[in-house]
Amino acid sequence: MFSFCVDPASLDDLAWMACYLTTGKHMAIYTSVFTVFLLLAITAPTALAFGFLGASSARSHFAPLSWIGKAYIAIVRGVPDIAFFLFFVIALDQLFEWIRHEIKCPDWTDSIWQGNDFVVCDIAKLPLGNAPQWVHETYGFFLAVLTFAIVFGAFAANVLYGAMRAVPQNQLETAEAYGMTRRQVFWRILVPQMWVYALPGLSNLWMVLIKATPLLFLLGVEDIVYWARELGGAKTARFTDYPHGDWRMWYFLALLVFYLLFTRVSEIVLDKVMLRLTHGQATLAGDAQRKAA
Amino acid sequence: MSCWETIADYGLRSIGIGERVLPREGFTLCQQFTLIGSGMIWNIYFGVLALCSGFFLATAVALGKASRNPVLQKASAWFIFLFRGSPLFIQFFFAYFLFLSLKPVSPIFDPFTSAWLGALIVLFLNTAAYSGEIFYGALQSVPRGDIEAADAYGMSGWSRFKRITWPTMLRLAWPAYTNEAIFLFHATTLVYFSGFPAWQQRGDALYYANFFADKTFNPFIPYPILAFYFILLTLVIIGLFGLINRRLNRHLPQENRRKMALKLNIIR
Repeated sequence: MFSFCVDPASLDDLAWMACYLTTGKHMAIYTSVFTVFLLLAITAPTALAFGFLGASSARSHFAPLSWIGKAYIAIVRGVPDIAFFLFFVIALDQLFEWIRHEIKCPDWTDSIWQGNDFVVCDIAKLPLGNAPQWVHETYGFFLAVLTFAIVFGAFAANVLYGAMRAVPQNQLETAEAYGMTRRQVFWRILVPQMWVYALPGLSNLWMVLIKATPLLFLLGVEDIVYWARELGGAKTARFTDYPHGDWRMWYFLALLVFYLLFTRVSEIVLDKVMLRLTHGQATLAGDAQRKAA
Repeated sequence: MSCWETIADYGLRSIGIGERVLPREGFTLCQQFTLIGSGMIWNIYFGVLALCSGFFLATAVALGKASRNPVLQKASAWFIFLFRGSPLFIQFFFAYFLFLSLKPVSPIFDPFTSAWLGALIVLFLNTAAYSGEIFYGALQSVPRGDIEAADAYGMSGWSRFKRITWPTMLRLAWPAYTNEAIFLFHATTLVYFSGFPAWQQRGDALYYANFFADKTFNPFIPYPILAFYFILLTLVIIGLFGLINRRLNRHLPQENRRKMALKLNIIR
């Protein structure tokens, strides 16, 4: 990248390092940091939406809907999350392909399960066999986001379900006494008040979500873990201008520090948010602020 | 081949006893149940050992964080932050490559690069940090009256800690500690996906479940089997910890006992 990087072998340590850390491949690891942020930026709101749907259906008075909501919350919580990550990525992929298969090739008679293979007709493949590389990568990332959203949606549903039950019952009864319908009570009274109760759980969930991002690697996305393994491995002078020994330990140390800093910053920001939200609330935290002032 | 033969062949496959070659084709339900179940041996091994050893370090770390000595206090707080603030997955990777680079230094480090010891150490430190934080929180909420009563009886130092502070801390922390135990067992599934090699295909339950899913392209059988085993394991843990909880609370009137509230929502 720098102009003095023409002949790396002749450089001294510091300059060598500067050149080494700015090679094309290292740019890939820096962009993959943005993949992590992108994943968080998309997953967090989606998971919240899933969680909201799950929690409100678990509260529903229509029994089957409430069972679905409760089952969604219960199943995802009882099993190791990583198993779900591995499961959903294949399952969702097959589900999409199967739906497209049913629509696009209705006259296909063979079973889609042939021995140890999952076979759909060519035009139902996702992405299409002749699609460019970036489509494959984007599709893989999309599946990963959806998987994260489903798993974390269940956690969020659990938090929101608890928060909805924490809203004082008198508030809801008062609203009903004013003649509001169930729908109005839900949207005008319950939903606006539940956030303060949900925030501690949700911020905990955010921390957990940050710490789950390296699992992207298991879903086949070329993320920071992938690049740290790639770049850290021993390189001989035959294949690269920057030969070095096995540096994977240092790469993962750097990742460790990155995650520690990220969680620390999140912690500080979330504490600030909580301080703002509890301001003036009739809770212990609100009282503490009032007394301090 | 009958199912009994499969169980005889593969029941202890994950620890290297029985048939060497994994099934290649025509995967039966029985094979999947047996092999995934056999992998559970490793999950239980990691979980039980890390939990038992981590308990003592966790107590030490909690006491350290609550101590007035600034050096001890800072060291414990940093230890907890280090292991709770970073993903377990990265910790595994880092530890594995650390041990790998230490290997040329001395042959002592040879066993550390295999999962049975290396991963166990990471899990031990990790659970010590998580439980340490739980115990610290409980230690902070030991009622002052209890300590004052102990003082009035002339107890101090070690005897006060052993007979008053520590049991009360455990009693307060136990429901949260149960959850921590469940998560630790869930976290053991990460071991064979994070650098540590599964030598001769001896892996844990998720390793085999993933093996079957890869071979059959059908995730709908192995993963539910895995889920079944884990739900079973979770119920066993809840049962055992419930018994201990009853013993810890045996002197309290029924309505004052702390209920075991099951909250499962943490990855690390």
